Amino acid sequence: MSDTRLADPGQFVVVPRRKIGTKILALVFITMLILLVRAFWLGDIAWSYVGENLFSKAVMAGVVNTIIMTFCAMALGILLGVLAAVMRMSDNPVLRSVSVGYIWLFRGTPALLQLLLWFNLALIFPTIGIPGLFSLRTVDVMTPFVAAFLGLGIQQGAYTAEVVRAGILSIDKGQTEAALSIGMTKLRSTLKIVLPQAMRVIVPPIGNETIGMVKLTSLASVIQYSEVLRSVEDIYYVNSRVIELLIVAAMWYMAVVTVLSIAQMYIERYFSKGWGASGRNETAPAPQTTVEEAV
Amino acid sequence: MDALIVAHGLQKYFGTFHVLQDIDFSIRKGEVVCIIGPSGSGKSTFLRCINQLESIEGGYVSVDGEIAGYRRDGNHLYPLSDREVARQRQSVGMVFQRFHLFPHRTVLENIIEGPVGVQRRPKQQCAEEARALLKRVGLAHKADAYPGELSGGQQQRVAIARALAMKPKAMLFDEPTSALDPELVGEVLGVMKELAATGTTMIVVTHELGFCREVADRVVFMDAGRIIETGTPAEILENPTNPRVKSFISAVL
Repeated sequence: MSDTRLADPGQFVVVPRRKIGTKILALVFITMLILLVRAFWLGDIAWSYVGENLFSKAVMAGVVNTIIMTFCAMALGILLGVLAAVMRMSDNPVLRSVSVGYIWLFRGTPALLQLLLWFNLALIFPTIGIPGLFSLRTVDVMTPFVAAFLGLGIQQGAYTAEVVRAGILSIDKGQTEAALSIGMTKLRSTLKIVLPQAMRVIVPPIGNETIGMVKLTSLASVIQYSEVLRSVEDIYYVNSRVIELLIVAAMWYMAVVTVLSIAQMYIERYFSKGWGASGRNETAPAPQTTVEEAV
Repeated sequence: MDALIVAHGLQKYFGTFHVLQDIDFSIRKGEVVCIIGPSGSGKSTFLRCINQLESIEGGYVSVDGEIAGYRRDGNHLYPLSDREVARQRQSVGMVFQRFHLFPHRTVLENIIEGPVGVQRRPKQQCAEEARALLKRVGLAHKADAYPGELSGGQQQRVAIARALAMKPKAMLFDEPTSALDPELVGEVLGVMKELAATGTTMIVVTHELGFCREVADRVVFMDAGRIIETGTPAEILENPTNPRVKSFISAVL
């Protein structure tokens, strides 16, 4: 038999591809970026106002209010979302209908409109309370905070419900059956077995929605809730430095979103327990697929 | 006769499809019954009816004298609450074809979830019992592993331990080895043989005729939603009289 080897292995030298296209592309974008930065630098922006206001008391108060509102509205949204999702998947037709109705109603109208409705609730119901027990003037109850909290939280719940439902649907029915077979009630199996696993699927979109909520809170500026956009508006109404103060607000939004993105990464890692994506299971090679293959 | 599980005139439909037709069945305490038959004959569905994972449309199932899913008052049956059904399910352990361990819990947590979370027994004691069960199924060293780190055979043995931890009156096995690689089937059957030898009441839906021959007290043959023949392993497996049974056995062997 003839020798079919072309050469000794050590004889070849691999010449890397030159990637000229990539280099040109990088050059074009860097140039554009420099031009953009230069344009802003030379533009009519008084950067000293940005620096002055970035950590001013009013702006900081706005940032804190934005964070508080994001946290509260998301908490209410997740609570309502899980509740609506579990109701939607229950055997009870009444609970199912209530859930479907809730999602339909609050997903069907814009968040801004809902905020305005809550804030102006006094126009429909001048007083609220339980007849004979207590009664309050609606304008006293429906502060900007309460209106924003209810408006944002309740509409968020309608979206979260669908996210949670998708998460629950992603879990094999066998998990519920196994839980039932060791004597759990349906509710307990949903809460203890299905939901914790569904979290793996639910957390990334919820993180996305939380980041959306940070920015959605800016709508509350319309109803006098003094979150960060509202506080910079209040400043530029006085000194007319509109762009400078909008840049301040933008910087804060980006800072908050960055922190949340990092937090989301850690939360995802926590909920992927047992799935080989983290910690002690790092060495286990894709466990779920090995099970599938064994079938 | 002290029958532990009884099915009488059991009827089950999936839509208009009559899955189980007039099933009469009983098993005594300590007996091992294997249910064999072609796919789609209703074997698994029957097992799931015993554990109330499926609704039934006629007849009844009873476990240790209690009618499954109902409270009896004379000739009236009142449907039980979710909580009561859950209590009834505790008296029968179930092992699934695809194991269905809880992937987010360690092996030990999987086993004590029922005793601690449902039966409200002290955690310390349950953990000790769980370790003893793990030893019994040959997995004492895997207590802190996650199910995803185990082979199919190991997962199924944990699933058996999980069911046993509830101290059920009977164990139901739904094709426990059908999802396993051939070389892992033996270890699971080994555990089941040990259970049978120590007097566990077992109903096993299986295609492992060798296991039936060796372990079963009785073999039940199902086809198209009916029980066609019942007898000792020798009667059913060696000298089947029914032509349907005969052709099935010869095709499988």
